[in-house]
Amino acid sequence: MSEHVIDLQGITHGYGPKVVLSSLSLRVRKGEFLSLVGPSGCGKSTLFRLITGEEKPQKGIVMVGGKPKDGPGPDVGIVYQAYTLFPHLTVLGNVIHALMVRDTSIPERVFSRFSSGFRGRVASVSKRAHEYLGMVKLADSGKKYPDELSGGMRQRVAIAQALVMEPQILLMDEPFGALDTFTREELQLDLRRVWEQTGMTILFVTHDLEEAIFVGTRIAVLSQHFHTDDPSHNGGSRIVMDIPIDFPPPRNSRLKESPELNRVLERVRRNPALHGTRDMEILRAAKFVLEHPDSVRPVLAADPQAGN
Amino acid sequence: MLLQQQARRVFGLSVYTKFPPALPAILALLIGAGVVALYIFAAFVRHEANPSDKILPTLPQLAGGIMRAVTPDRNGDIPLLIDTFASLKRLFLGVIIGSVIGIGVGLHMGLFPFVEALLLRSVQFVSKVPPLALLPIVFIAAGLGEFAKVLLIVIGLFPAILISVYFQTKSIQREQYVKELTFGGSTYEVVSLALAQVMPYAFNAIRINLLTAWLFLIASESIAAEAGLGYRIFLVRRYLAMDTIIPYVLWIAFLSFAFDMLLGWWIKHRYPWYRG
Repeated sequence: MSEHVIDLQGITHGYGPKVVLSSLSLRVRKGEFLSLVGPSGCGKSTLFRLITGEEKPQKGIVMVGGKPKDGPGPDVGIVYQAYTLFPHLTVLGNVIHALMVRDTSIPERVFSRFSSGFRGRVASVSKRAHEYLGMVKLADSGKKYPDELSGGMRQRVAIAQALVMEPQILLMDEPFGALDTFTREELQLDLRRVWEQTGMTILFVTHDLEEAIFVGTRIAVLSQHFHTDDPSHNGGSRIVMDIPIDFPPPRNSRLKESPELNRVLERVRRNPALHGTRDMEILRAAKFVLEHPDSVRPVLAADPQAGN
Repeated sequence: MLLQQQARRVFGLSVYTKFPPALPAILALLIGAGVVALYIFAAFVRHEANPSDKILPTLPQLAGGIMRAVTPDRNGDIPLLIDTFASLKRLFLGVIIGSVIGIGVGLHMGLFPFVEALLLRSVQFVSKVPPLALLPIVFIAAGLGEFAKVLLIVIGLFPAILISVYFQTKSIQREQYVKELTFGGSTYEVVSLALAQVMPYAFNAIRINLLTAWLFLIASESIAAEAGLGYRIFLVRRYLAMDTIIPYVLWIAFLSFAFDMLLGWWIKHRYPWYRG
């Protein structure tokens, strides 16, 4: 139980009369790179907000790092799709800001900003920040302001900003969604490299299936489109598919053309829960895949017709 | 076709013509010089008809008025400086206090829904009351001293700044606060973060509303004061002393212009990221 850094049990959450998540359960082990996908409206962002602690679930408990989540805190790092940087700080300022908030207090920053002790601390913090900027290949852009950067550069800074706190868990909500294809590929590779170097747990929410399978070690599908005999079901989403991803190294862009990746891609894509109610005849959903040891309890009756 | 071509040209210049940067300044100076020339001409014409005309003093008479203002009087005080300090003291106090209230309350209203729910309607109401209509009430309730004059400036200034800061704070994305909390920040830190982002907008609101602050200052000085630029103007109005009034008005205009420039420079210098 304690090896699960993120542990959601029986989460039900909604807004007003609408139920978005219904008896959802999800467990993430330390060091995993979990990709979370789902059709639009499935509640990915809601789930993300519950894990960051921004909202509390109406039913169920969110456990992060073995403790119930009670508001956002320094146990996680977050990278959003947009609005990611502080516009009033330079790139370097953005990255050191996290460390300054952690290591100094506001009166110190206002009143003793010119003292040599404070300056020394700023210098050492800037050095650390510089290392992380180097990790995301932006070591020369320290003095620029966010509005002078391209989207890809901004996301890199946001990643450095989250990493500099060295969090155990990194939560990313469609971080590359607003970028062009080339930048996206580059950042996917960079992110994977950073994960391999640091060994942190990553929860990566995306709508791009190929990206999800490319970067992750496990993919979970969240969806509201499934049939169940469970009487308590009320339209909310659950995890309807949860499989490990295991390609032999190296991970590079050639993997995207490879048959292995495309096989997994097809398998996930053919899950009718990803498509909503368009194809009525295959809506009697496929059998649940229980390959991952931590996948959730089955919600669907096994259907021998549906393929694997 | 012909009409289109005509529409794109005004005074022989097309929409796409680019001017050298100095041209607007030169044109402004030319217009200013034109106005001055017109004045001199008008004053000359009036004095031809009536040598003791007091409404449009000639340039030598204006110079006399200026000299009287800057020459030390019996006590060794320079009248213009005394009036200037008296007025600026009230103006600065009013602007600073009004800004602090406006920024402080606006920031908290934008950050905390509870404060917003509490104060929004009241603020909207107060901002619709013309402060000059409150002038008699202020003077009756607070007396005729410095406090009342500063109070009027505060009342007139803070709603505009408050609303500007409130909207700007509200427009900061919540995701930034969540991130700040993941850095280990407290609520205090979140407020400080919002303040840092909103400051240039606050300064800009002050800059825009400085004119109304001047308005309330002069209005209150015109009613009850012992020294001050507005006081002096309204005092000598009875004697139609335009040779004093015109220089004082030009001086007020210069001060207002200078403060505007100073604030603009300060914003650009301290907040280079504002408006990119």
